[in-house]
Amino acid sequence: MFLASARKLRSLGIIGMNQRNFGLISRYNPRHLYPLVDDKLKTKLLAQKAGITVPKLLGTVQYQHDVKLLKELLRPHDQFVIKPVKGSGGKGILVITEHDHNLYFKPSGDSIQLVDIERHVSNILSGLHSLGGKPDTVMIESLIQLDPVFSDYSYEGIPDIRIIVFRGYPIMAMLRLTTHVSDGKANLHQGAVGVGIDINSGKALHAVQYGNTILHHPDTRKTFSELTVPHWDKLLQLAAACYEMTGLGYLGADLVLDRDQGPMIIELNARPGLAIQVANFAGLAPRVAVIEALKTIDPDPQLRAAFSKTHFTVDADVQPPRQLRTRSDDL
Amino acid sequence: MHARLRLYILVILIMGFGIGLILYKHFALGFPLLPDDKKSVWTIEARIDFVARGDPIVVSFALPPQTPDIVFMKEDFASPDYGFSESISPTGRRAEWSKRTASGPQTAYYRLSLYETEQIIPAQITDDLPSEPEKPEFDEVIKTAAITLLEQVYGRSANTEIFTRELITTLNSKTPSQNQSLLLNEKSGEDYKTHLIINLLAMEGISARIVRGLYLEDGRRRQSLINFVEVYIGGQWLLFNQNSGVHGKPENFLIWQRGDQSLLDVVGGKNSQISFAIIKNVHSTRNLVVRDGMNKQAGLVDFSIYSLPIEQQNAFKMILLLPIGALIVVIMRLLIGIRTSGTFMPILIALALIQTTLLTGIIIFLTVVGIGLLIRSYLSRLNLLFVARISAVIIVVIAIIASISIISNKIGLDQAMTVTFFPMIILSWTIERMSVLWEEDGPREVFIQGGGSMLTAVIAYLFMTNRTVEYLSFNFPELMLVNLALILVLGQYTGYRLTELYRFHSLERRDVSGKR
Repeated sequence: MFLASARKLRSLGIIGMNQRNFGLISRYNPRHLYPLVDDKLKTKLLAQKAGITVPKLLGTVQYQHDVKLLKELLRPHDQFVIKPVKGSGGKGILVITEHDHNLYFKPSGDSIQLVDIERHVSNILSGLHSLGGKPDTVMIESLIQLDPVFSDYSYEGIPDIRIIVFRGYPIMAMLRLTTHVSDGKANLHQGAVGVGIDINSGKALHAVQYGNTILHHPDTRKTFSELTVPHWDKLLQLAAACYEMTGLGYLGADLVLDRDQGPMIIELNARPGLAIQVANFAGLAPRVAVIEALKTIDPDPQLRAAFSKTHFTVDADVQPPRQLRTRSDDL
Repeated sequence: MHARLRLYILVILIMGFGIGLILYKHFALGFPLLPDDKKSVWTIEARIDFVARGDPIVVSFALPPQTPDIVFMKEDFASPDYGFSESISPTGRRAEWSKRTASGPQTAYYRLSLYETEQIIPAQITDDLPSEPEKPEFDEVIKTAAITLLEQVYGRSANTEIFTRELITTLNSKTPSQNQSLLLNEKSGEDYKTHLIINLLAMEGISARIVRGLYLEDGRRRQSLINFVEVYIGGQWLLFNQNSGVHGKPENFLIWQRGDQSLLDVVGGKNSQISFAIIKNVHSTRNLVVRDGMNKQAGLVDFSIYSLPIEQQNAFKMILLLPIGALIVVIMRLLIGIRTSGTFMPILIALALIQTTLLTGIIIFLTVVGIGLLIRSYLSRLNLLFVARISAVIIVVIAIIASISIISNKIGLDQAMTVTFFPMIILSWTIERMSVLWEEDGPREVFIQGGGSMLTAVIAYLFMTNRTVEYLSFNFPELMLVNLALILVLGQYTGYRLTELYRFHSLERRDVSGKR
């Protein structure tokens, strides 16, 4: 069978795109808060203010005529990441791992020249990667250093951890591992591996690539069963704290583990996708229902993370699946 | 609860209003719901001939009465050098031609175009109550025969209606009795027979009157009016065929005149004659209804798209199809879950396909986008600023379109010349987006989104070119309200999209493998 039965999916608590847009995003994410996360510079400033570690900002380019200053700007840095401030879905991100005179090297080993970088920056400024094609700003960040824990599980890139935070409570997590086919990017639809992570322990639960279950990394052949994300409690608390930071009720926090600086937030997303359910082999709806049933939201992110750890551990999840019940059904 | 309830009330209101207007237009104004609905339009020409004697001339001619079940499209009166006026007398409308002096043969024409409506006419409450019938004066012999006949018929009938029918059939019987021959013989004309029936009925105290009318048959010439008898029974005038006694108005029969006034009066002329010719034409019902509505200044028709100049009307034919396309896009995206490049780009492609026809359109589209992508991949190496590059793509697209037109013209492929109907800016944007998509997400995503757009466009095209859809959307713009209500409802759909059933199909196996 190629198609799942809708009733089955509903009994598993899988949330669909329409349900996400209607019952989660438009209900819990006030539109005026979007710029806080759609503009990565703003997010970065907010995070810094909240005392959350973020990758270091090396510089910004705002106007086309500043593109020629790029050479000076980049000279002191061997490794850096160029990002559109208003980009989405990882679009327009250029990673440079090595710098040799006029040649810049991408993680894949391909070399490009300064003019290529200048063109890329200029494209970003014109709004090629931004939502709605609006003029954009370029930010240059320091490169995150791969934590050795992941060296066996990623190929030519830095894995990141997506945690869905619902009304301040982390409810589901997924580790995104780069692969050869994903070109070093942590994007599932480009072929990155999604690994569902147990909220309680940080242990890998289940992994998928292109929607199919896999047992080991396609490039490094390392099995996922031994994988545990370190600093897990810290990661959960960071993610939970994003609720106070932004006010968004349904958000996806993208975190990374830096070898030297530990957990940090790289990006927040007001419209997190649904692939995380496939990676976790579980639906979001039962967990959303647990949080919606809470009368008060605990003001302390650490306590919220602790609540999630006890309620969303996989052992608890083995109970008969809850019916999909979000508030929209109570109407 | 509140918001959703409000929305549903709104939806019901909008939908009810839309459907109500459609039903009103269909039942009250007669708009057909299908494009192929046709009606017969009868054109009747009455020709009046007479010979003038050199005196002042007044020709007075009875015109048919207007009834709700018949629409008069057009009336023409023609007679050279005559003064003309239309007067309304208590017995109906009359046309009057007049001239100070004329001699020799003269002709006047009256032409009428009409069609019958399918409106349900409520049972008429007649306001023309009959006066007490005058007892006719017969000489003794005939009177005796009449009384005998009436007594026979009376004995055979139960009520006035049957009595009338029996009387007429008896008078017309092939084997006439003596009484009957006395009253009516072969030499007596139709008019005599009519008056005899009316008189006989009057003797029984039943009111009756003469009705003259015309059978509508295509291609008939030199017709004259046929006499019928209308009898007042039970508060209603009932029509009887005076030769068969059959009750009711025959099919395709136009009542021209009621009562005993003259059909034609000519003062100052002699040998007056009148003859009718009848022609049938078939017209689309919609055109007739629109014309009638405009004439009557029915608000719904007069303040509608029909009142615009034809050119604007044609533009609206296209514009009113857009909501259909929008509905298709909503269904494809929210229910099916097909990804398209640009939300409404498929509608614009569909509009272009309408001009180019389906297959040619698709081939042209793929050719232009394909060549465009090739050239665009070269442009991306030229290191251009973004706005300059998209502008360059526009020019490239125009060049491609021009070359396709010229080459196809030379080869003799006329269909390919319709390439100019594709919106060039949209094509350029499509090429630019696809090109970026290709660089960032690879060809797979390009095919998914391009294919999705194409599929949506083709489905929208099929709907938008459907004759019935086209007809309904233009003639019932109220459908937009129904469409709007549907889209509002679809906007509330929170179930799975069809593609998600595939996307999440691996999850279905969860309970088979135990946990996880």
